[in-house]
Order: sequence, then C-alpha cells, then structure tokens
Amino acid sequence: MNAATISAKRTGHGAKAGTATVFINARIVDPAANRDEPGGLLVREGRIADVGSHLRRNAPEGVDVVDCKGHVLAPGLIDAQVFTGEPGFEHRETLKTASHAAASGGVTTMVVMPETNPVIDQVALVDFIQRRARDNAIVHVHTMAAMTKGLKGEEMTEIGLLKRAGAIAFSNGKTSVANTRVMRNVLLYSKDFGALIVHHTEDPYLSANGSMNSGEVAARLGLAGVPKAAETIMLERDVRLVELTGGRYHAATISCADSLEVVRAAKARKLPVTCGVSINHLTLNENDIGPYRTFFKVRPPLRSDEDRAAMIRGLASGDIDIIVSSHDPQDADDKRRPFAEATDGAVGLETLLPAALRLYHSGELPLQTILRALTSNPAKLLGLHSGRLEKGAIADIILFDPGEPWVVNKDLLRSRSKNTPFDESKMQGRVLRTLVAGETVYQYPGGERA
Amino acid sequence: MTNAVAKVAALHFPHRHLLTVEGLGAAEINFLLDLADKAADDNRQTGKKRDLLRGRTLINLFFEASTRTQSSFEMAAKRLGADVMNMNVPTSSVQKGETLIDTAMTLNAMRPDIIVVRHHAAGAVELLAQKIDCSVINAGDGSHQHPTQALLDALTIRRAKGRIAGLTVAICGDILHSRVARSNIIVLNALGARVRIAAPSTLLPAAADRMGAEVFTDMWKALDGADVVMMLRLQRERMEGSYVPSTREYFHFFGLDHEKLARAKPDAVIMHPGPMNRGVEIASTVADHSRSLIRDQVEMGVAVRMAVLEALARNLPKR
Repeated sequence: MNAATISAKRTGHGAKAGTATVFINARIVDPAANRDEPGGLLVREGRIADVGSHLRRNAPEGVDVVDCKGHVLAPGLIDAQVFTGEPGFEHRETLKTASHAAASGGVTTMVVMPETNPVIDQVALVDFIQRRARDNAIVHVHTMAAMTKGLKGEEMTEIGLLKRAGAIAFSNGKTSVANTRVMRNVLLYSKDFGALIVHHTEDPYLSANGSMNSGEVAARLGLAGVPKAAETIMLERDVRLVELTGGRYHAATISCADSLEVVRAAKARKLPVTCGVSINHLTLNENDIGPYRTFFKVRPPLRSDEDRAAMIRGLASGDIDIIVSSHDPQDADDKRRPFAEATDGAVGLETLLPAALRLYHSGELPLQTILRALTSNPAKLLGLHSGRLEKGAIADIILFDPGEPWVVNKDLLRSRSKNTPFDESKMQGRVLRTLVAGETVYQYPGGERA
Repeated sequence: MTNAVAKVAALHFPHRHLLTVEGLGAAEINFLLDLADKAADDNRQTGKKRDLLRGRTLINLFFEASTRTQSSFEMAAKRLGADVMNMNVPTSSVQKGETLIDTAMTLNAMRPDIIVVRHHAAGAVELLAQKIDCSVINAGDGSHQHPTQALLDALTIRRAKGRIAGLTVAICGDILHSRVARSNIIVLNALGARVRIAAPSTLLPAAADRMGAEVFTDMWKALDGADVVMMLRLQRERMEGSYVPSTREYFHFFGLDHEKLARAKPDAVIMHPGPMNRGVEIASTVADHSRSLIRDQVEMGVAVRMAVLEALARNLPKR
C-alpha cells in the first residue's frame, strides 16, 4: 500500500481535478536530488507535473500562479514517530487533531504508533486506523503495528498479515522487548516478509524508576536516573541479533554519543541497521529541566549537551538517518505532578521544522542535511514514494519562510494537548503552505483550509 | 520587635519559602543559626512561649509519616504562639500527584500562613509552593532536600565545636537516597567545612564526585582524622540484596563501631538524623557514646525550626 491510498478525503479547496497550479519564484530544496536552486514547480492533478529553474519566472498558460517570493519549496515532511490517543485516549489527541497539527507544521505524512488502547496488534485494528484516518485526517497517515501482542514483549504478532493489511513497520512502543529470544524471533520472522522492526532501546532493569538522565543534575535533584548504558546495552544486543538474523532494524530514537558509536560500527559492518533521533534530543538538554519542569520529561530522557552535539554530528555524517518529532500528547493533569510521577512525552508536530531550523540558523547543519532527515531518508526507510520533488511524484509539498521570527504560544497549538517544551520559545522559520496530494491543507496566515 | 529591626531582619533572610538550601549564602545561614542559637538558650528557660506568631496558622502537611520532624515543627510553632493543625495524608501509589495538587488547592482556600510539607517525591514541595499563596517550608521531599535538618546539624556542630569552618565532616551511609546528605553537603560547604561522603558504590549517586564532597567507598579511610561523623539511616527495604547483600555485611563495612570511630580524631563527635537502626548503621554503644550528639540534634531541631518560622514570619504580609 503506498502513500496515496490512505490519503485523506479533502473537499472544496486546492487543486481540483484537471486544474493546475504553478509555484514560481521559489527556492527549490530537494535533498533527494541534491537540489537547492531558484526555480518553480507545477502541480497538476495531485502530482508534480514539472519542476526546475525554467519555471522560476515563466508560468505556463491557463494555470493558477502562486508567487513564492523566494521562500523555500520543499517536499512535505515525513514524521516516523507520532503518538496519538486514538483509539483509547481521545482526550489527548485524535487522528484528526494530530493531522491538523501536522499540516500546520509542514508534516504531510505521519506514522502513528501502536501504543493505544487497544494496542494495534491485529489486522482489524490496522483497518480501524486506516478508516479513521481516511475519514478524518488531512495528511497521509500510516500506522505501525505492535511487534508483540499487547506490547508485552512475550508473543509475536501476526507480522505477515499485519504487513499485508498495511502496517508500515513494527514497533514495541515505548518499551523494549527485554526477552532476547523473543526479539531474535521477531527479527528472524520479519525478515521473511521484508518487514521493518523499529525498536525503542532501553534496558528496563537499568532504567527502572528513572525519570531523567543519570548524572550530576539528577543527583542534585534527588531523582533516580536512566543511565546511557540502559540504551547502549539494548542497542548493542539488538545489533548482535541483526547480525545473527539479517532482519531490518531501526533504532527509534537514540539519545547519546555512545549509541551513535554503536550504530556507526554496525553500519560499517554493512548490517541493515538505521536509527532516528527526536527533535528534542537535537535542541534541548537535561539542564532545561531546571526546577522539575515536567514538560521536559521525555523518553529517552534529555541527555547532556555533549550528547546533543553528538546527535548533530551524527546527522551531519549520515549515521543518524531520520529526525522524528516523537509527538506525544499528554494531558495537563498527568504532567502537573511531582517529576518522577509525571508522564513522559512532549508534543512536537507543530514545532518540528522551526526547531530543526535552529540548527540551520546556528550554522550547525546545512538546510539540505536537515531536510533530508525529514523527507527523503524517512521515505526510503519506510518505502514511501513521497519525500522528493520529482516529476510524477505525489504533490506533498511545503512552502516555508526559513527566516520568519515568531514565539511559540502553547494555547495556539492545534494539538489537543499542549505539553510542548518550547512554550514561549523564540523560533525562526514558519510554514506558509502545506499541500497534500496537490491540495492545500494549511496556509499561513489563515490557518487550515480543509 | 520594632519595625526597624524587622526590616533589617527581612533584609537578612529575604525569602518567602524555605524549599531548598541551594543558593543560601553563608550570611543567610549564619543569620538563621544565630536566631536559633538564641532560641535554643531560651528553650532551656521556663516561660519559653513567645507571641511572634500569635494569630498565625501553621499546617503540618505530611504525605510521609514522620513523628519526630512533625512534632518538632509543632513544638516550634506553638512556642512562637501559632495555631497548629496536623494533616497526615496517606497516599495510594496511583493517586499521589492528584492528591497533592488537590490538597494544595483545598488547604490554600483555608488561608493558612505557613505550610510545612513532607512528600515522598523529589520536587513535590516546590510544585505545591507554586499552587498556594502562603509560605511553604520543605520538611523533606524524596531524595532531594531537607533544609531544616541541615540547619539543625550545622547548629549542633557549631555549638559543640565552636566553629564549622575548617572541620572535616564525614557523612556515611545511604548517600544515594538521602535528602539529609544532599542538604548537609551544601550547607557545610557554604560554611567552609571539608565534607567527605562514604558509602558502598551501589548507594552513591552517579556523578557523586561532583556533589561537592570527597568520595570514599572505604569508611575507615573516610573517618581518618574526621572531626564529625554523621551517620545516615539505611531504609529497611534496601538492606537485603537490592543495594547491599545483608545487614551483617553492611554493618561490617559501613556500620559505625568503636573500631572505625577510633580512626577519627579523639574528640570527634557522632551524629545521626534518626530514627536509628541500632546494629545496622550504628553500634548501640556508639549511639550512646559520651561524644554522641544525637539527642542534641533533636533539641536543636526545635530551635532551628523556631528560627526559620521567625525569619519567614517577618516576611509574611501584615493582616
């Protein structure tokens, strides 16, 4: 099943069948083609009909014209780790509200996690997500399915049938499969179907009771820590299992320099191993927790600033493949608790791009590198045809002004939950328009149009 | 007290709450200790009662049972003439956080002047302080802070030794889980003492070497030439296998007995925040030693809490 088939139903606005729109006077940035140049792009019938510098000034006859005023036109973002509350926790987030948050953040494809109630571990539940997304979401939605029944880490799910039903990958949510034999069998069995295994790497025994990075800050605050070794030990185990089984493996979100070394070594040995990093671990560190600020409580925990710098180096070198928002809506009551008792997680769909652009403005990463980890790399990982500005590709496109300054106000977030660590933070860079399959689903100023 | 004197006092301790000893300067700590010193002397007289807090209400809000700290605060507040209400809130493991915020809101509506809070979670008292209008005193939050304990320990040492600067203080036992150790390290450093901590590695936090103390895993070495030996309580649930193999082994290596005590200076004093596990972290005869200050600590506890209440009361809004 490809991206187009679960795209949302949109009515009324944007390109209608047979009509075409040309975006002129743009800065075209397409990491898949190593393109960063002035130009234009023509959208016809939901697909990219033409792209290039010859369209910079010249609009073809009989099409709508959008002047991009030199702003960046890029592939829509693909976010491979989004938690919603549907089904089971709709008070936190639904597929609909998450998709509106996504659209305003420039995310045109979101991959939702199976950690719901019930857990997405059966074919009927994959169908449920696809149907709800089709009827309510304004961006493309794919679902990961659970790799073990009920995410309990004990029994394998029907990986073959789930994949056939449309599960894009397999996850164990925010917990690791601690049982090594089960993990080996998941990797072995999934290989027969070419299924991708996405694993949260955290040894549950070493991290038990821990609520932030182990170290000086945790010692001072009197909080039990999650050591980096909890992540690297699980990651190293998994790499050994990949070597043993040949299964396709993706470490969901690494958070420290030591993990980066493990992934680098695995890639050097040509193992089918990839990894991601959350936007939080690229832009925040453990000191941001300050006096027990629970909106900075995430999993894996925020690490030291040296680790954050290592994550940026990992993106620059290509050892880290993708950036995810790890959008994880939590309601205020679950966050307004003593730190150790507060829930983990931060919303991130709407701040993903501007937060990532901080690394561009600070000179730490080129724009192409950042966008590659948000577009073509996740597309490649997940087997999607989007994430590129190529003639004939589906027109999932964003237009953004990388320079526009603004301040995050959590009350203006479209997400149903407001647990952002970036509240009142200064951002530079704003999405001006989001197109999904050629239709405008978000426009600034003016909000969504779907 | 005249208004002018009150204003000077407010300048010496310009805080609404006492949530942590972090950030307190030597001058502020000494100001509290001087006040407490005087209170301690007054407490030994008849006619102890004063009326500084007359008409004020203090609530003892304890989410974690503690006979001695709670009664110490109650005694201190009553000696200053306050009305005291004790609230013990037993908490189920699931509802903890909600109870905290809800209780804070409820109590706030009763318009108390000072709330003394103990809670099992680090940061809980600070969270509560954000939700209420009156002064808040931290009487212990998880493994984080126990400010009045550190102040009463400092006062006890100062009265016994005549100074704190330059003394070597060895804090021994479960450093990892100890709010007493965390608070004491900060206060003793601020007053110029040399602090050592001693524990098996399983009971030391990560980055223990960056807490402002010299770290030892050999208690004999930690006690070498020490002026003060401060023992910590080992919680019962941590004794058997999870952090240390057995109480027998723990006592052998980290219990304070006469043999280890002999490594300290001949006039070294012995302290323990209580309640003690005799025969686990401290030998019974050492606890009752002529150089033991354990009972003085209890006495200074009331004096220090009076000083803290007095300092905060001076900053309370006039009614």
